[in-house]
Amino acid sequence: MKKFKKLVEYFVEAVLFSSSTITSLTVILIVIFLFREGIGMFNSSPLEQNFVIVVSQKNPVQELNATQIKAIFNQDIVNWSAVGGAKDSIILFTTNDITNYYSEEELGSSLENLPAKLNDFILENPGAIMYISSKSLPPNFAGHKLAVKKIGVADFVFGEQWYPTSEPIPSYGIWPMIIGTLMVTLGALLFAIPLGIATAIFMAEVASMRIRNLLKPIIELLAGIPSVVFGFFGLIIIVPLVQKTFGLVVGETVLAGSIVLGIMALPTIITITEDALRTTPQALKEASLALGATRWQTLVRVVVPYAKSGISTAIILGIGRAIGETMAVLMVTGNSSNIPHSFLVPARTIPATIAAELGEAPYGGLHFKALFALGIVLFIFTIIVNSSVEFIKNRSRRA
Amino acid sequence: MIQAEAKNANVWYGDFHALKNVNMSFEPSSVTALIGPSGCGKSTFLRLFNRMNDLISNFKLEGSITVDGQNIYAKDAKIDEIRKTIGMVFQKPNPFPKSIYENVAYGLRVNGINDRRTLDEVVERSLKQAALWEEVKDNLKKSAMAISGGQQQRLCIARALAVEPKLILMDEPASALDPISTAKIEELIFELKKSFTIIIVTHNLQQAGRISDYTGFFYLGDLIEHDHTQKMFLNPAQERTQNYITGRFG
Amino acid sequence: MTQKRLIQKIAFISFGLISLMVVGLLFAILGFIAIRGIKVISWEFLTAMPDDGMTKGGIFPAIVGTGCLVLGSMIFAFPIGVLSGIYTHEYLKDSWFKRFIRVMTNNLSGIPSIVFGLFGMALFVNYLEFGDSIIAGSLTLGLLTLPVVIRTTEEALKSVDDTLRMGSYALGATKLQTIRRVVLPVAYPNIITGLILSIGRVSGETAPILFTVAAYFLPKLPGSISDQVMALPYHLYVLATSGTNMEESRPMAYGTAFVLISIILIINTIASLIRRRLHKKVKMN
Repeated sequence: MKKFKKLVEYFVEAVLFSSSTITSLTVILIVIFLFREGIGMFNSSPLEQNFVIVVSQKNPVQELNATQIKAIFNQDIVNWSAVGGAKDSIILFTTNDITNYYSEEELGSSLENLPAKLNDFILENPGAIMYISSKSLPPNFAGHKLAVKKIGVADFVFGEQWYPTSEPIPSYGIWPMIIGTLMVTLGALLFAIPLGIATAIFMAEVASMRIRNLLKPIIELLAGIPSVVFGFFGLIIIVPLVQKTFGLVVGETVLAGSIVLGIMALPTIITITEDALRTTPQALKEASLALGATRWQTLVRVVVPYAKSGISTAIILGIGRAIGETMAVLMVTGNSSNIPHSFLVPARTIPATIAAELGEAPYGGLHFKALFALGIVLFIFTIIVNSSVEFIKNRSRRA
Repeated sequence: MIQAEAKNANVWYGDFHALKNVNMSFEPSSVTALIGPSGCGKSTFLRLFNRMNDLISNFKLEGSITVDGQNIYAKDAKIDEIRKTIGMVFQKPNPFPKSIYENVAYGLRVNGINDRRTLDEVVERSLKQAALWEEVKDNLKKSAMAISGGQQQRLCIARALAVEPKLILMDEPASALDPISTAKIEELIFELKKSFTIIIVTHNLQQAGRISDYTGFFYLGDLIEHDHTQKMFLNPAQERTQNYITGRFG
Repeated sequence: MTQKRLIQKIAFISFGLISLMVVGLLFAILGFIAIRGIKVISWEFLTAMPDDGMTKGGIFPAIVGTGCLVLGSMIFAFPIGVLSGIYTHEYLKDSWFKRFIRVMTNNLSGIPSIVFGLFGMALFVNYLEFGDSIIAGSLTLGLLTLPVVIRTTEEALKSVDDTLRMGSYALGATKLQTIRRVVLPVAYPNIITGLILSIGRVSGETAPILFTVAAYFLPKLPGSISDQVMALPYHLYVLATSGTNMEESRPMAYGTAFVLISIILIINTIASLIRRRLHKKVKMN
């Protein structure tokens, strides 16, 4: 009987232990899966799978980077000499153009003659650059594939253009999103920090117990409103308000996003700041009052300095909340992928981009991988935020 | 002459009648010890004199408290001015998490005095009065959290002295200290008596006997007896006082 | 000298006004949705399928879908979260392992919901081949709430006086007996309240279900846990931003927002009622 009891104790402890490992396991799995899906983005050719860019065998150019290819297909570069080739003018060709050169009869009813015709084209036009499916390449092709420079981490992070579906070559630069995210977050904080801290101070130090007991559930309720409801509210009320106030063409702007996000970050900042203010020992406050300080002076000189690590935690967690927020921002910031140069223009954030585009990105394609890579960037942001909180906690514990 | 006085003081916390019709007065340059078992109202009484009980939400006072002939509970009384003229030392040392210097200067700074020279002078004078100067004069920038408990308590006394109070309230100032630090504090109180009026709450009867000129005995919210310490300890008028002092209850 | 009291007065009054403003914001949002939403609410709205390009009919499948997701995620997150909270608070001594688990739990709670969406899609939908389904969505939402449940449990356990545990050990009770008979009965009002509040949180989440379960338009009820469903928050998003006829679907959007908010208000109220009720009961025993 006694043995049985002991066995039960062990068994229960084992079950409890396994449950407690789940969160750690999840964090690790999140890292693994984000990288598993997203890392393929780097060191791969920016070309869509099964597509190639070919030039005539006589053409000395062997490799181009994404910018050059884009310039060529936009006809900003019209001569091979600009990219290190002979003085030949460039002739653009994509599969869609094929009917301009050959009739449907020539190509055959199921395009069975397409490869041969592509071969003819490159023989007749030594200056051609062709963007075609690799399946339609003939066996003895008279051209060679161009190597395309691979996407590097720096291209991804600092690239200023995000055109994930443009042909023949998409661009995956997330710099506009990084700037957009930071600007929207900054704006939100400029608004939420003063309001949040003032409210927290009012609740912790000024208001009577009764008023505080009234405010507390209201703040909790504000924290419980779903972000899509905030987004909806922002879309119907804040966006038109911003548009009218500043006489803008569109109201979906960084500012609108900042206001909505600011409101959403308020409960986090208020709750944690208030808790921090409350940890100030009564004895310190009494000592200050006993020396003839007013409550306000006590607050500024004793309570706030005492609680400052808690207040910093509140602000950082507010930042975390703002950076990661998805739906509300998606609904009110306009989602333009240009780098925002003021608070009154549209912008898009990292989370909003993922939410808006993942549904349309083909599974396993480059666009899909790029969105997971964006997820990695967002994840790194949150790790930085969390680590700063841990850092502050540890430091204040030691002091 | 009377420095401070309570007349018909009744205190309630909600429905609880914490002090019952207490009358007591304090002479300048004297030490009065308040004794009595826990919950007898002696701390509440002490805290009437700098309106510290105001911080408790359901506190109510009837009767009057005067300091320097001024009713400190009058409608137009300025609470921070009053508190400035009355120093307080708490049970546990509670220095601010600032430097030693800033702790002592605090009372001046919150009253708008920021002149460096004045501050330097007051800090030195106060630390000397609190018998701490010699130990910390080379380390004034050091955090007050980094010195010993006994030193912290003397720092808190220095902090109270800096605003030149007339009356000093001490709420069991040595109860959290070791015997050596306690002896130092008692010595200090003896010195301070020359220039300040001191009211001290203590649990330690020997301490009350050693340092005070007068003693008041509280029991269940009543002031049972108030007299010269010598008389209280040797020949109390009330039997309850006798029982308490001889350790028959408490 | 009156100057410092003047400063105090000005500061306190302006802080009070700011607090009033914050409260005003909340009521502005609630009021805006209540006033415009309540007109839309009818028996039909709550129980009919959406119709006519989502400009008519009701939101019944979205209500059912959200119900399924809440239920699914709770079945997953409640037991694991509570057990985990008990283990870290009652069993683990202060060690690197406890700190590690705590840091990981904090990290998990700081991860944005859209990253959970990505993760849920990669693991449950694609790798484990659940496809877009209630099970994939529920598990994703469950993982998202796990840190909240753990923290709630730990806070509740922390508020139990240590002398109770000591008293139980002193009578020869084992750890498990102490937890089961002494600690949990005292802690459970707070645990229950926390769990109910986390339901509110889950029912409003959108980003994690975007790519794991939510259907744009699916006018039928789910038959199994591997079906897709509509969900209230996603439905509101769709109505507000990408309906086929935005002007005409606006009333539907107000109605949906109203239902969503009402659910959360009701859940919060239930939580505080239960807290009060159970606290009384615990005291009486």
